[in-house]
Amino acid sequence: MYEHDVIVVGGGGAGLRAAIAAHEEGADVAIVTKLHPVRSHTGAAEGGINAALREGDDWELHAYDTMKGSDYLGDAPAVETLAQDAPEEVIQIEHWGMPFSREDDGTVSQRPFGGLSFPRTTYAGAETGHHLLHTMYEQVVKRGIEVYDEWYVQDVAVTDEDDPNERTCHGCVAMDIKTGEIAGFKAKNGVILATGGPGQAFDHTTNAVANTGDGYAIAYRAGVPLEDMEFVQFHPTTLPSTGVLISEGVRGEGGILFNAEGERFMFEHGYANNEGELASRDVVSRAELTEVNEGRGFEDEYVMLDMRHLGEERIMDRLENILHLAEDFEGVDGLVEPMPVKPGQHYQMGGVETDENGHTCIDGLYAAGETACVSVHGANRLGGNALPELIVFGARAGKHAAGADMGESKIETGERGDIEYDDTQMPVQPGEAGISGAGSATAAADGGAVTQDPTAVVEREVEAERERVEEMLSKEEGVKHSQIRERLQKTMTQNVNVFREEEGVKQALRDIRDIREAYEDVYVEDPSRTFNTDLQHTIETRNLIDIAETIAMGALVRDEFRGAHWRKEHQERKDEEWLKHTLIGWHDGEPQVFFRPVILEGENKTYEPKERSY
Amino acid sequence: MSTQIPEQEAEAESSAEAEADASAESPQEKRMAKKAESASYRDAQKKAQEEIEAAERAVQLKVFRYDPEVEGKQEPRFDEFHVPFTKGMTVLDALMYARDHYDPSLTFRHSCRQAVCGSDAMFVNGQQRLCCKTQMSELEWPVRVEPLPHQDVVKDLVVDMQHFYDQMHSVEPYFQGDENAPSGEEQKQTRENREKIKMSTRCIWCGACMSSCNIAAGDNEYLGPAAINKAYRFYMDEREDQEELEEHRLRILEQEHGVWRCQTQFSCTEVCPKDIPLTEHIQELKREAVKNNLKFW
Repeated sequence: MYEHDVIVVGGGGAGLRAAIAAHEEGADVAIVTKLHPVRSHTGAAEGGINAALREGDDWELHAYDTMKGSDYLGDAPAVETLAQDAPEEVIQIEHWGMPFSREDDGTVSQRPFGGLSFPRTTYAGAETGHHLLHTMYEQVVKRGIEVYDEWYVQDVAVTDEDDPNERTCHGCVAMDIKTGEIAGFKAKNGVILATGGPGQAFDHTTNAVANTGDGYAIAYRAGVPLEDMEFVQFHPTTLPSTGVLISEGVRGEGGILFNAEGERFMFEHGYANNEGELASRDVVSRAELTEVNEGRGFEDEYVMLDMRHLGEERIMDRLENILHLAEDFEGVDGLVEPMPVKPGQHYQMGGVETDENGHTCIDGLYAAGETACVSVHGANRLGGNALPELIVFGARAGKHAAGADMGESKIETGERGDIEYDDTQMPVQPGEAGISGAGSATAAADGGAVTQDPTAVVEREVEAERERVEEMLSKEEGVKHSQIRERLQKTMTQNVNVFREEEGVKQALRDIRDIREAYEDVYVEDPSRTFNTDLQHTIETRNLIDIAETIAMGALVRDEFRGAHWRKEHQERKDEEWLKHTLIGWHDGEPQVFFRPVILEGENKTYEPKERSY
Repeated sequence: MSTQIPEQEAEAESSAEAEADASAESPQEKRMAKKAESASYRDAQKKAQEEIEAAERAVQLKVFRYDPEVEGKQEPRFDEFHVPFTKGMTVLDALMYARDHYDPSLTFRHSCRQAVCGSDAMFVNGQQRLCCKTQMSELEWPVRVEPLPHQDVVKDLVVDMQHFYDQMHSVEPYFQGDENAPSGEEQKQTRENREKIKMSTRCIWCGACMSSCNIAAGDNEYLGPAAINKAYRFYMDEREDQEELEEHRLRILEQEHGVWRCQTQFSCTEVCPKDIPLTEHIQELKREAVKNNLKFW
């Protein structure tokens, strides 16, 4: 068994920042990650980092924009913390050598981004995430922080009280991908889940193959509610053939969108008369799909994004990476022709419910980054707000886990306090209840033998995971996980996409039920212990099923139109009824939906919901 | 990268010119030139692709297989897969198709699918390439996929990257500027200096350069192009401006297995999927080292 004070699961932006912060607090911290840190998907972020650095801008404006962008479903303490901490964090990474783009006077550049009232998106070309990731990994190397790379974390080790709020996390269990060894990692202070997004639940996504939302599923099954999972951001500009992201920076620098009739539809069809292409992402994605659905798309699939008029010099200076992506992945030269784009799954606004220190309702269990829902982004994330979230809340989680006094949190977590339960009728029973034997190994985290000794808790979980793996490897025949995953991605993309209809969402839930049953017969064909990606992907697919189900459940329950969540039958935002978060607790395999009011009272003011127009 | 054939031509040209003037044309400029070239190319290519689709051909992949513990795979062998060709298919797409439809035990690293995570550098038709940004239509078929040469094979197409990481870590690959820089305020950097280090900061640690380098193959302690490039990135960054630090960095680079090992064969530069002028950066550091040493005479 390995032992550290703090274990960070995931080596992307949030994980690296958390590890550095915990280390600076004096903790013995280790990163356990299924990829080498520099392979993490933070590296694919292009646009930039919002931070109020300049005269004329201040954190309150940033907070206001973020709250408006969230369609009033962000919690004010989280939103304000993001806006307050971002400038210092950005300066910090500059001091660590981040190669930001620069102005003539040598200061870091900022550019306009969608939904922002001030050009506060700090960037490094159109490859900001790559530089952020590498800069922070360099600091991890400098500090000698231990990294267990290519170790796949299968579960956390949590005590088994009936009430999740009374449970404690003592570590996690991981498999060394190279050798197949399954080992326990005991964490004296805490485990921070920073495993990135769940984009692989959809089939057209900007997310990496590795983005299987492991942290969401692990926390969920351990007893932490998932929050606002129905809010999935579909980025308006992804390449049609691969889902590769074309940064919002293109529109920020002045790029325009047009349809097959040559119309600049954001204005000409009145989707956003003021902001046009720079309206919030949900607005632009819906506009594009409406154009396509009404027959004004190209090949009934996409619209065009044009940046030629910006000129070669400006493009080369600020957007060069976009030229390479368009060329390599779509065969289009952005200097001489427009680029085809369509919406693609991009970001999960919802996630593991945490307070503003990344802490969940389980003692010693944290989440940060995309995996977490603090909640900053509410119903829609603004471009340029994901990277500051990584560093701001990564750092806070790291500090808190290392024992720093962060004061009392303002955001409540867990199934307690001011909550109400939901009674929406689901078309089928969600969760694994009723399926024989499913997840029997993971049930140890949810119930089973009573023990409090930290080492015993970790050991028990190691045994459970070993058994689970043996069982999967011992099956001689069955269904391949790749078939199951494909079915899941198809139904999610067809039924729980940008436009959602009640019957479609119900169909997705029925399909997920069938998919769960199919997963009962999943088998791992590769018998090897060495680098068995078949085994790893099979475990990941189980995580995707649990997550996809929460997305669909949230989408069915929330009968209103807010931010990224559009419902055909419910075309207005219902503030009377829905200024509240959707939470889903696992309840030993039987998901339960409940709600908690959104917090709109900020430090100096209360955010009054207004009509969101751009 | 347009096709394999023009790329090889470019390689021949640049090696010939290299000795004369290493900085005549940067890989980035080359790439832009190639872009123009590839525009006309593209039309021809489109036609060719349509023909291919019409014929409904399957791509033949020959893939290196090895597993130390599975009977029948302990002796390395090549497996053949026939994958239905679709327009825009990359080598990675073809590998994923073969794995998901035929053989789930086919093992390779991959993640982002967009040339930024650096996981899927492999030896494709005899050259180090990033599989996700290599179009099947640009290769000669059958396409032969092997693990990166000069590294231990873990399984199938997966190599042990530890040595590469060790070399990267050995050059103190982290910013060591002024720790007392005023807080709440960024350090200044000129646009020119940012431009100077820009290409060097694009490295994605894929290891293609190291694998292509003859010197690294023969000298296990050689820092290698990627690590030297990493050191270049900090050495040239004006925000690290203390003289002592510069000398410290040069000492690391000048050691027996450092910059002087490079024989300017340009193989690293040719295979770099991010067009980093690696050889040029190594040459520049050699000049810096000479200058620095002369100072003490």
